[in-house]
Amino acid sequence: MGRFLLVTIQIEMDDGIALRLQEDLTTRIEKTGSRGVLIDISALEMVDSFIGRMIANISAMSHILNARTVLVGMQPAVAITLVELGLTLPGVRTALNVERGMALLAASDDENAEDASGRK
Amino acid sequence: MTEGPSRTHAILKKYARDIHAGWMSELADGLQLDRRITEAELSAQTREFLALLQTAVASDGIANLESAPWDPVREFLESISRSRAQQGFSSEETAAFVFSFKKPLFELLRKDFGKNPTVLAQETWNITALLDKLGLHTVKSFQKAREAVINRQQEELLELSTPVVKLWDGILALPMIGTLDSARTQVVMESLLQRIVETGSETAIIDITGVPTVDTLTAQHLLKTVTAIRMMGADCIISGIRPQIAQTIVHLGIDLQGVTTKATLADALALALKRSGFVVSKSKE
Repeated sequence: MGRFLLVTIQIEMDDGIALRLQEDLTTRIEKTGSRGVLIDISALEMVDSFIGRMIANISAMSHILNARTVLVGMQPAVAITLVELGLTLPGVRTALNVERGMALLAASDDENAEDASGRK
Repeated sequence: MTEGPSRTHAILKKYARDIHAGWMSELADGLQLDRRITEAELSAQTREFLALLQTAVASDGIANLESAPWDPVREFLESISRSRAQQGFSSEETAAFVFSFKKPLFELLRKDFGKNPTVLAQETWNITALLDKLGLHTVKSFQKAREAVINRQQEELLELSTPVVKLWDGILALPMIGTLDSARTQVVMESLLQRIVETGSETAIIDITGVPTVDTLTAQHLLKTVTAIRMMGADCIISGIRPQIAQTIVHLGIDLQGVTTKATLADALALALKRSGFVVSKSKE
């Protein structure tokens, strides 16, 4: 994916896996200097409050690490659960599928590049 | 309790035609005959009931109406109740089918046993007990049939009011009609979100022209739906806000959290098309 990271969650996340993912992802972002992270959760059909918070946390962390984060493929049941739990995803954009997510990342990356060259 | 052999069976058999005639005239008096049911139909129904009754009484006496020989009679009464309920008869009119049977039967009992008061009293009691039980069974079935109709209508109403329609590529609309309670909002939310995922539509327009009032609870339900839609990566426009509703929203201090609102579905569609990058132009004549 070039300068972006793609995370695809394909198995049912249990608590241990979610914590490891958090670790791995933040390390990865730092190492590769990624400016964008695409998290694909289209395989997740259900979430409980723990996983819900995990997703929110992972998104927030990558945002803090200055990587634009886009969450794609959220299923209706997951969206409803997150709303019921009152969880928001601060600083995280969402898109319906991977294609749109990529477009979002590319667009915001171009903005950043322009900014940087403008200031120079 | 029956003491000695029931003479009911003998009476029913002996006077079948008279009983039928007497019953029909009672029913006619009691307004059982109106446009909803023809005389021929009623005559056929009474005849069938008499025949079934005779068979049941012959085989098992009249002590226990729950026993197997009485099944055909009970089922017949159930089907009569169901059809009466569907045709819009009241429960009294339906029960009258059974209760008006008493008079002709008692008259014939008096004719046969008039000289024997003990037997007359006994048989009168037997018949009364029997017909009361059958009458109650009829009413019970009638109630059940009515409840089934109501339940079915409720389900249909729920389904009627939550269709999700596609207005254009990537634009879905949800015209809401009627009051929004928690149950309906749940159904609505789920079907709308499902369609968004299925069609990959980025804009959903919720039109509330048909919603008469909005209170804080309704507004909360709507906002939950909007939040969920945004969470998934699509956006939402609420249209059809009538002046009264706009006033209510401001008075109640409801915060719409930056949701775009439009007065009409047309305006909402125009905005959605613009956001999607479509341009609408008239062809030159």
